[in-house]
Amino acid sequence: MSSASGVGRAAPYMNPYLAGIGLGLVLLASFVVMGQGLGASGSMTSAVAVMVNAVAPEHAQANEFYVDYLDRGVGHPLKTFLTFEVLGVIVGGFVSGMLAGRVRRTIEKGPRISTRGRLLLAFAGGGLMGIGAKLARGCTSGQALTGGAMLNFGSWAFMMMIFAGAYMLAYFVRRQWR
Amino acid sequence: MMAPLYSYGLFGDEFSLVLAFIIGIGFGFFLERAGFGSAKKLAAQFYLTDLAVFKVMFTAIVTAMLGLFYLSWIGWLDLSLVYLTPTFIWPQIAGGILLGFGFVVGGYCPGTSLVAASTGKVDALIYIGGIFAGIFAFGEVFPRITNFFYSGDMGEVTMPALFGLPYGLVVFAVVLMALGGFWGAGAVERIFGAKQAES
Repeated sequence: MSSASGVGRAAPYMNPYLAGIGLGLVLLASFVVMGQGLGASGSMTSAVAVMVNAVAPEHAQANEFYVDYLDRGVGHPLKTFLTFEVLGVIVGGFVSGMLAGRVRRTIEKGPRISTRGRLLLAFAGGGLMGIGAKLARGCTSGQALTGGAMLNFGSWAFMMMIFAGAYMLAYFVRRQWR
Repeated sequence: MMAPLYSYGLFGDEFSLVLAFIIGIGFGFFLERAGFGSAKKLAAQFYLTDLAVFKVMFTAIVTAMLGLFYLSWIGWLDLSLVYLTPTFIWPQIAGGILLGFGFVVGGYCPGTSLVAASTGKVDALIYIGGIFAGIFAFGEVFPRITNFFYSGDMGEVTMPALFGLPYGLVVFAVVLMALGGFWGAGAVERIFGAKQAES
């Protein structure tokens, strides 16, 4: 039943341990070069803060959360390390996908759920992720990977909770995937 | 001592953005290589049929951790200059659980959703829209949950510091734990992969 995504001439995925070493070396390079790790949700928060500020500046300026992100950046709140890093992530993912023949317009889901149902769950999942990442001050990249390598206590507690939460709910959304 | 290079002023803010872009390319490249542009591949972690998420994550953590430890041990990197996110334990526990929910319900985490979207997954684009909505919702309720957001303040604290153990010993323990986990992951995949093939 489990066919790899991108059937046809798509190349097989890299060995997970090799990919992990590659990812770890990129993370190490980030530590050595910049003195900080990787991130993904931070740049999205900057984007949200900029949008809220564009629509309702007074509302944004009165909120400590938005102000924190509006104060960042080299002259502009979007000119941050994390934003440029995320642009690179998009390019890097695309390049790897192209090289492997895996770039294809598609919707990933199991056979027992409708497209509409899958997209609704994707949106809901993204929403939970957004709230969770902000409560935890980072996501799988900024907290789990980065803090994990730094032996950050909070990051390790957070990481255990991600797996706990996902396994807790997995049974109830199994039809989406299998 | 010469690293982090940025902290030692080897280049300015503008050039750091170029480096951020290059580092990001490497990050996205290996995420996609690992198969993390696929929600089904990622979600399989939570049905125990494919534990690539665990394997890649812990290999990456161990690799970077050993690198940091070694570079700081030979006196090349000042670990105290590497940013450590302060621990606020209660919101981090709650956030972790919510994030785990979001992971299995949506099929991605923020980084992997970007890679999935860039390789054509429409569900990943919708997921990213959901993340923006979630962050906006959080921002709007933030003034009312400030107390909780700052609860359980433990400061910048590593496990060696908290438990009063030598750094190298914790590094060693994490390596052992990861190796045990990799061995266990293989066994779990054989059991649940076979079960799935039967059904």
